[in-house]
Amino acid sequence: MSVTILYTIISLSLLGAISAVILYFVAQRFKVYEDPRIDLVEAELPAANCGGCGFAGCRNLAENLVKAETMEGLFCPVGGNAVMSKIAVILGRQAVIQDPRIAVLRCNGSCEFRPITNHYDGVASCAMVSAMYGGETGCTYGCVGCGDCTLVCSFDALHMDPVTGLPVVDDAKCTACGACVKACPKNLFELRKRWKGEKKIYVACLNEDRGPVASRNCKVACIGCSKCFKICPFEAITMHNYLAFIDSDKCRLCRKCVTECPTNSILEIGFPVKKTLSDEKAVIS
Amino acid sequence: MLKTFTKGGIHPPDRKLTAHTCIQSLPLPATAIIPVSQHLGAPAIPVVAKGDYVKTGQLIAKGNGFVSSNVHASVSGNVAKIEDVTDISGYRRQAIVINVAGDDWLESIVRNEFLDREIKLTGEEILKKIADSGIVGLGGATFPTQVKISVPRGKKVDCLVINGVECEPYLTSDHRLMLEKGEEILVGVELLKRAMDVKIAHIGIENNKPDAIRLMRKLTVSHKGIEIHALKVKYPQGGEKQLIKAILNREVLSGGLPVDVGVVVFNVGTAFAVYEAVQKNKPLFERIVTITGKSVRQPANYRVRIGTPISSLIQASGGIPEDTGKIISGGPMMGKALINADVPVMKGSSGILLIPSGESARNKMQPCVRCGKCVSVCPMGLEPYLLMPLTEQKNFDRLEVEHVMDCMECGSCSYTCPADRPLLDYIRLGKSNVGKIIRSRKK
Repeated sequence: MSVTILYTIISLSLLGAISAVILYFVAQRFKVYEDPRIDLVEAELPAANCGGCGFAGCRNLAENLVKAETMEGLFCPVGGNAVMSKIAVILGRQAVIQDPRIAVLRCNGSCEFRPITNHYDGVASCAMVSAMYGGETGCTYGCVGCGDCTLVCSFDALHMDPVTGLPVVDDAKCTACGACVKACPKNLFELRKRWKGEKKIYVACLNEDRGPVASRNCKVACIGCSKCFKICPFEAITMHNYLAFIDSDKCRLCRKCVTECPTNSILEIGFPVKKTLSDEKAVIS
Repeated sequence: MLKTFTKGGIHPPDRKLTAHTCIQSLPLPATAIIPVSQHLGAPAIPVVAKGDYVKTGQLIAKGNGFVSSNVHASVSGNVAKIEDVTDISGYRRQAIVINVAGDDWLESIVRNEFLDREIKLTGEEILKKIADSGIVGLGGATFPTQVKISVPRGKKVDCLVINGVECEPYLTSDHRLMLEKGEEILVGVELLKRAMDVKIAHIGIENNKPDAIRLMRKLTVSHKGIEIHALKVKYPQGGEKQLIKAILNREVLSGGLPVDVGVVVFNVGTAFAVYEAVQKNKPLFERIVTITGKSVRQPANYRVRIGTPISSLIQASGGIPEDTGKIISGGPMMGKALINADVPVMKGSSGILLIPSGESARNKMQPCVRCGKCVSVCPMGLEPYLLMPLTEQKNFDRLEVEHVMDCMECGSCSYTCPADRPLLDYIRLGKSNVGKIIRSRKK
């Protein structure tokens, strides 16, 4: 009996020893060299794995950062400049500084402004609605309101407002990863430059219909009157297909366009309520 | 034993309320809204300007490219405006709006009921006439007919299949057309045979239209090479692949076209339009539309000018019943709910259906019980229960492998699902995404 146990122990130990030797040589033969800096860079990245950089997760971005010659075009929108400059130190390269960005919804067509003209009773998905038809209102460009964007946001920064039926971006949580930009079938999200104090000025409309049609379907639609385009002192506004667009990189937040807009389709957010001339000057300077 | 297709299929209740109602002409509308995109392919380009006077039958928009189709004025009067108008698709698209003044037809159109049997033109001349007259497939797919006739090089067509199946419940426009214009349809088929240089044509009619089968059989005695096939009633027999399988027992493979098995399919409505275009010089500017529904006061079959607002059809048949939940353009299986009743009748509108709200409402979705009913009814042999979650997971590679592009959106799966799952909605979404991926790969 004891002999059987003894043989068993000996044979298993031998098997283990032989396997260990084989494994050692195999491991030596097929060793993959991995740059240790990849781990260092990955440790700096926020580990959100959101894909906002354009790569499949933070590890993938780290690999590409180490591999690349320069840091041009490789940027983690979640970590921002702080993280990128740390990584630049690790890699000994020049960091590319980018303005922090924030997602805004280019539609303000709540039920108050945009009357519902038909009723949709199918699957509650924006992609499904827009594959089928223009949506529940007369405006075929605006928000469908089924919340596909809220489902893809990894940072809990998007929520549907039950009163307006539109998604609301939580400025503090938004990292400008761009997931909502891809998810919205109407392309309503835009990543704009983030100003101090979360100040924002943008045309909250994507309606390319002619003025009368657009205003019939939505009270706050851009009617393409070009008034803002004419008044803008910084040439930040362009007109295309009866629709104004404010370039956030050129805009200096002077707010002249806001007062000029006849349909209130240009939104100003984060500004002091009462605006005086001196305040405006202070913002410009 | 009657013929039918083998794979899948369902038996929704018939409800052909208007099968014995004669085709009536609808009075002209006050304004006609004629979309320039009533066919598959590139939208036509308007050739008239605001303020121009147009006669009935005059060309107002010219086909743009190979897969496109001409559009003709369906009324006479002045062009009021050319602007974007909401059409059946639910999107705003370009349309030509004409203020109707009298009914002044082009002189070249022969306006009598005389049955012109004599075929004087050659195949090529017929093809040109069909292309000029803006004829598209009137079964609902609205594929330009001249493109169908121009068979790609290297492919040989040995017979035509004419679709008189009308498998959708409620609709009777093809049925009435066969009863009232049977001889004209047969001449149209002869013209199509000449244009495509084939000797045999098979007309398939479902067995729930015995009067049409009897009449067409009697008429075909004098037409050599046209055969009538009575088919067992089963939805979706009007799908071209199903019809070919039912009549000829030929199988169109996945991703293939009927041309691959030597067949081209036309609708009886298309054959009639071909007759009118070639023998009477009349472009396609009117069609038969069934207006029906359980609570509609006078369900009817109307001969309607293209561009007539659907609201005037509803008015003519006694107004919108109070219990209406949805107004559907097309049949109950494949039709599309309208977002308002002012959209115009287009070349592909075979019927207007007013469904009571009790029937039109969707039931609450339940979890899949894996009963496999959707698999057994799918006429294309797909697995709808699987395609739905694959779309939800955005697994488009796998969707393509599962042949999602073969789906013809007949809706049999959603109809039969005991858990009321919106299978077709998801499959359609998956199809559009996979289609985009395939197109981007080709570029």
